[in-house]
Amino acid sequence: MKDTLWTLLKGDAGRFLVLIAIVLLFAAMVPGGNFGSWSNLENILIQSSVVSLAAIGATLVILSGGIDLSAGSVLAFTVVVIAWVMAKAGDQPPSFMLSLLALAAGLGISCLCGWINGMLITSLRLIPFIVTLATMQMFRGLTSGSARQTNIYPPDSWLNSIMDSVSGVQGKAWMLMPPAIWLTLISALSIGALLRYSRWGRHVIAVGSNEDCARLCGVRVLRIKVSVYLLAGLFAGLAGVLQYAYIGIGQPTTGQGYELMVIAAVVIGGGSLSGGEGSILGSLIGALIIGVLFAGCVQMGWAKWLQTFFTGAIILVAAILDRLRQQQGSA
Amino acid sequence: MSVRLQMSGIQKRFGATRALADVTLQVQEGEVHALVGENGAGKSTLMKVLSGAHRPDEGRMELEGQLYQPASPLAARQAGIAMLYQEGSLLPHLSLEENLFLGQEECRYGFRRQQIMRRRSLDALERVGLSELDPNMSAAKLSPAQAQLVELARAFVSGCRLLVLDEPTSSLSRRDVEKLFSLIRSWRQEGMSIIYISHFLEEIESLADQVTVLCDGRSVETRPLAEWTRQDIIRCMVGRDVSQLYPDLAPPQEDCVLEWSSGEEHLQLRRGEILGISGLIGSGRSEFLEALFGLRQGPEAELGIQGHAGYASPRQRWQNGMGFLSEDRKERGLALQLSISDNLWLSSLPRWSSPKRRRSEAEIQVQRLKIRCPSAELKVSGLSGGNQQKVALGRLLQHGCDLLLLDEPTRGIDVGAKSDIYHQLRDLAAGAGGQPPCAILLVSSYLPELLGLCHRIAVMREGQLGEAQPREQWSEHSLLEASLS
Ligand SMILES: Nc1ncnc2c1ncn2[C@@H]1O[C@H](COP(=O)(O)OP(=O)(O)OP(=O)(O)O)[C@@H](O)[C@H]1O
Ligand SMILES: [Mg+2]
Repeated sequence: MKDTLWTLLKGDAGRFLVLIAIVLLFAAMVPGGNFGSWSNLENILIQSSVVSLAAIGATLVILSGGIDLSAGSVLAFTVVVIAWVMAKAGDQPPSFMLSLLALAAGLGISCLCGWINGMLITSLRLIPFIVTLATMQMFRGLTSGSARQTNIYPPDSWLNSIMDSVSGVQGKAWMLMPPAIWLTLISALSIGALLRYSRWGRHVIAVGSNEDCARLCGVRVLRIKVSVYLLAGLFAGLAGVLQYAYIGIGQPTTGQGYELMVIAAVVIGGGSLSGGEGSILGSLIGALIIGVLFAGCVQMGWAKWLQTFFTGAIILVAAILDRLRQQQGSA
Repeated sequence: MSVRLQMSGIQKRFGATRALADVTLQVQEGEVHALVGENGAGKSTLMKVLSGAHRPDEGRMELEGQLYQPASPLAARQAGIAMLYQEGSLLPHLSLEENLFLGQEECRYGFRRQQIMRRRSLDALERVGLSELDPNMSAAKLSPAQAQLVELARAFVSGCRLLVLDEPTSSLSRRDVEKLFSLIRSWRQEGMSIIYISHFLEEIESLADQVTVLCDGRSVETRPLAEWTRQDIIRCMVGRDVSQLYPDLAPPQEDCVLEWSSGEEHLQLRRGEILGISGLIGSGRSEFLEALFGLRQGPEAELGIQGHAGYASPRQRWQNGMGFLSEDRKERGLALQLSISDNLWLSSLPRWSSPKRRRSEAEIQVQRLKIRCPSAELKVSGLSGGNQQKVALGRLLQHGCDLLLLDEPTRGIDVGAKSDIYHQLRDLAAGAGGQPPCAILLVSSYLPELLGLCHRIAVMREGQLGEAQPREQWSEHSLLEASLS
């Protein structure tokens, strides 16, 4: 009993406690005392949802033994494509169909980017790090190019409201949570279920753990990898949709450095860069820890460099804890 | 003769598993001391304690009368204890010499003293019978047998007085085993002590002076070899008599499962038949199996597997009802970081399944194969070598195949479990429990196993497969002849 409790604490439950502890810490420190209020927490959740969504895709990639550095660029590409289509409406609000079209175009592009990553990695047998390092730059370049290096200012549409908070808002309270958070939750649940219950999910983990063994056991390794990068693209795209809703313009420089934040979330959540280990729940908690830290620093009025520094420190601590856990498991 | 090593009351736990409960071991100078026991009895763990890789929880070690508490493998090496690990540990990017001196380079003011190291590495290579090798060559070019000898040479560089060999022959061919044995005998002459772990009792009978049996982490008994009979050792290890190591075979059926022909060579395998392939290591047996299974390009050949013609991918092979057990357990056979249950299921997962169902069915397989573990959720890397091998084999049983390609299936498995596995293979071939009979293609370097278990045996020599003959027409001697000449 004591043992099982301890293993639980070392896993996602322990991470959750760390998250709670950080929240409580800031709640005690932030002047005014409303850090812990529901509307503030809701805001933090909303702001974290961009990284959270992308982290779901990155978890898959890291589980399969790869890495995706292009997530930030794919996110920006999606933002710009959506804005570009929306801007076709001119000055009047875009029709519902046009917004759908914009959404489809944005997600289509992100899936295409993910698919390209996957195909380059599998068919040319290149290392994921190198491939996505290259495509990170290429996608960013294409993003800038398609926005003619300036921001695109599309008219407002219903898309812009999916990141709005709903608590205490007249006529929206029935949603309980903003659509962005629902989207994150549903995505996390479905990918989590796929990993646990489906053959595809177990195969992703097997590929990450030992690719040769998986191939020998009849796993279609290449197909699995392509599907994983495609999904990573899709989730980066969904994160892009949220980002678009949040900033409301097609800004080609948005999301720079997000790829590292996303990877950090996965690593804090227990993901191992050598593959085969990690969980969706863990990554979400990781993303929230980063989000709370950022919001906390801002509300404390601390300088931006402190946020950056703390994120790094948290990654280090997570890695050290992971190391300790593994040593206990094996030695 | 004086006592070289004295271990007493050694205990070691890994989390909830007690690997060593109470071990006492005394090794004399100039003696080959054999250590035997079932899979998971704690042999490797004991040797890792001795060589400084693990720290004991309890107990005392003395080396030549002095208290001995190694802080690391390097410290053990400096104290004169060297260990040959079950899996190779040479670095492929370094030269032989650099490998030999790794961690113990001769340096002055931070510069390597080339001359001294060259002389000593030539010396060490000569002592393991590899004087023809150039110390400058890259370690990647060595054959597996040579690589093992080079690792042994490492022991001589550090002036070793107690050498630990943990299942050293499991990937050596017969000839290399003989060579190793004569080296061991000559080292014993020079006063070196050797602790020798093996599951092959023949080897122990031909080599050991003393035999200690380990059971469930306890040292049960130590006696000079002459006072043991083979039955005694087995009974002491397994706790029961293994009267019939090899089962009686049922006659095969008429229909062909596998047909293969290439030029002069051909092979036909009928349902219910166990066909053995003998040959030296490196003669192309594993490559042949891998080609059949679609893991590599095969030679120009006519190939038919249950009505499916031609080469195909591993995935299609599983779908054709074929299963493959790789000889390379660590690299390709198992995903070591995944659980036992995941490994057992890897080739046969249904599209959807709950973790609970996967676990409960895996538990059945665990019991059937007597895999020693607290639960099927444990990572495979926490199992002893032989138990890992059982998991790899279990995957094929879980899948339910018509044609099994087995490459060294009993490598590292203890006598009792071997016998269980032989009986299970026979039952698979004969079609027990409502299953249709299946055919088995068995590659093994252990000749008694081939002669005891197979209907027919073929010999592979330099990539050429000879004619398969009924086992009655072969003997150990003639099998060896055929693979050499
Ligand atoms: N790193 C580890 N973590 C957890 N348990 C371990 C570890 N290494 C060994 N064990 C456990 O300790 C016990 C003894 O294992 P050990 O490897 O010493 O067996 P062995 O006698 O060498 O067996 P074999 O003949 O199969 O090689 C086993 O039950 C094994 O599961
Ligand atoms: Mg062992």
